[in-house]
Amino acid sequence: MENQYKMSLKLEQINYIYGTHTAYEMQALTDISLEIHKGEFIGVIGHTGSGKSTLMQLLNGLEKPSSGRVLFEGKDIWAEDFDRKMLRSKVGLVFQYPEHQLFETDVLSDVCFGPRNLGCSLEEARERAKKALAMTGIDEKYFADSPFDLSGGQKRRVAIAGVLAMQPDYLILDEPTAGLDPKGRDEILEQIAKLHRENGIAVLLVSHSMEDVANYVDRIIALNQGRLMYDDVPKAVFAHYRELAEAGLAAPNVTHILHSLRERGFDVDTEAVTVEDARDTILKAMEKSV
Amino acid sequence: MIRDITIGQYYPAESVLHRLDPRTKILCTLLYIISLFLFQEWTGYLIATVFLCTAILLSKVPVTFIFRGVKAIMVLLVITVVFNLFLIPGEPVVRIWKLTITDQGIRTAVFTAFRLIYLIFGSSLMTLTTTPNQLTDGLERLLGPLRVFRVPVSELAMMMSIALRFIPILLEETDKIMKAQTARGADFESGNMIKKAKSLVPLLVPLFVSAFRRAADLAMAMEARCYRGGSGRTKMKPLAYGRRDAFAYLITVAYLLLLIGVMRFTK
Ligand SMILES: Nc1ncnc2c1ncn2[C@@H]1O[C@H](COP(=O)(O)OP(=O)(O)O)[C@@H](O)[C@H]1O
Ligand SMILES: [Mg+2]
Repeated sequence: MENQYKMSLKLEQINYIYGTHTAYEMQALTDISLEIHKGEFIGVIGHTGSGKSTLMQLLNGLEKPSSGRVLFEGKDIWAEDFDRKMLRSKVGLVFQYPEHQLFETDVLSDVCFGPRNLGCSLEEARERAKKALAMTGIDEKYFADSPFDLSGGQKRRVAIAGVLAMQPDYLILDEPTAGLDPKGRDEILEQIAKLHRENGIAVLLVSHSMEDVANYVDRIIALNQGRLMYDDVPKAVFAHYRELAEAGLAAPNVTHILHSLRERGFDVDTEAVTVEDARDTILKAMEKSV
Repeated sequence: MIRDITIGQYYPAESVLHRLDPRTKILCTLLYIISLFLFQEWTGYLIATVFLCTAILLSKVPVTFIFRGVKAIMVLLVITVVFNLFLIPGEPVVRIWKLTITDQGIRTAVFTAFRLIYLIFGSSLMTLTTTPNQLTDGLERLLGPLRVFRVPVSELAMMMSIALRFIPILLEETDKIMKAQTARGADFESGNMIKKAKSLVPLLVPLFVSAFRRAADLAMAMEARCYRGGSGRTKMKPLAYGRRDAFAYLITVAYLLLLIGVMRFTK
């Protein structure tokens, strides 16, 4: 138990207020407590403006909570002697539209930026960068190209590699699929899932689309107007599909379909969240009713 | 971090001063500033104080916001006071080492300090109650007559409003990129000059790229709406004087006349 407590990222009664003492004061987060363990795959959902991005920036110490504590492996990250640079390497944060932060003359150097800042030698930084680029599926032939010449999806994968190269234990992705076409979106999500599967990195996937997260995550954190609304396994969260709709979040289409079928007397399992599971339970119900 | 810098420090509220036409506010502030240089006596300060306090009360802007403007000129204020205090000849009051403070010096120092503070209060009040866009509109109209001398007033006003529009956007962008690079272990604070300058590259390159992208987008959007510049363009919110503007001019002119009258009388 003690050990488990140590391997976690924990928020205790966090409040966050933007623009304190100005005319534009705005409480972005209210009384949030949650704990994230190594190796988890979590979806963070919420309507635009519900505080998802703010919450993610609190997790790696980019923003300081107005009140409450952030604990990394049991230590308060805002304590005097806490090394926040180390924290940021352990808790990698990929911002929304991360391709906007590319700046180097070639792809490989850009990905080296993170590891170099952590004090790696050039050799090691390159090693890490190559590994990270391979993980995000960027071919070696692009390494010497200017990152500004790549396609949108490629740029984004280079930017994600830039964070991965720091070899974080927790990887936070803020709306990694925003503005991508369906193919680019699926590729990125697939790659993230693979990262989690093969490297055991804890992943926090921020999204305002349930469909995106439903297929991959094993825990969902739902935010509504800066408050924690649900924190549970997907099927338990989606069971509240009516409340979710009120909060401006549509549960996955399959949830709605299954509930409608159940109301019309089909014996389907409404807890299925992926399209495949839904198909199976519908087929089973049809067989029974024939 | 960087968001704390506010430019165009508009304070949103529902007040008479907020609703006044920007031209009225600009001209009245100008008159008020001129008035501050008309007097040397405490009676003059009394009248100015009453005028200023009434305006502040009417504006519904918290006093702390108005005081903030003074912080910016604190250094200037201290220097002015010190120079006046020690360098003005007259009856010596205190002698410290080789420096003498005279009664005339104290008087001038206090009055000059108040004049500066009143000046800042007045102009802060104007910018606090007027959005940057209204200010540009007001200036455009007030400078309109300069068109006769071939000054491209509308173009200047357009450039100014675009610049004003971009400042918060770029600040926000800077904040975001700074955070994103910090998340990658960048350090913008520590180190010597050279190291600090170098650390700005990962910030400035993306910032320029984004500024150019935004500028190109905006130019495209303006062209798509057939913007050709020049005068004769209509406004979405045309400026119109109302009865309250006439009233504001009246009060300000009355204040000015009263001040001049009292100064004459006391002499
Ligand atoms: N830098 C900022 N300054 C002031 N307010 C902000 C800032 N960033 C976000 N906000 C406000 O905080 C709230 C939460 O924003 P955010 O965390 O970005 O939500 P989300 O990522 O879920 O869309 C929003 O109402 C937003 O307007
Ligand atoms: Mg966001």
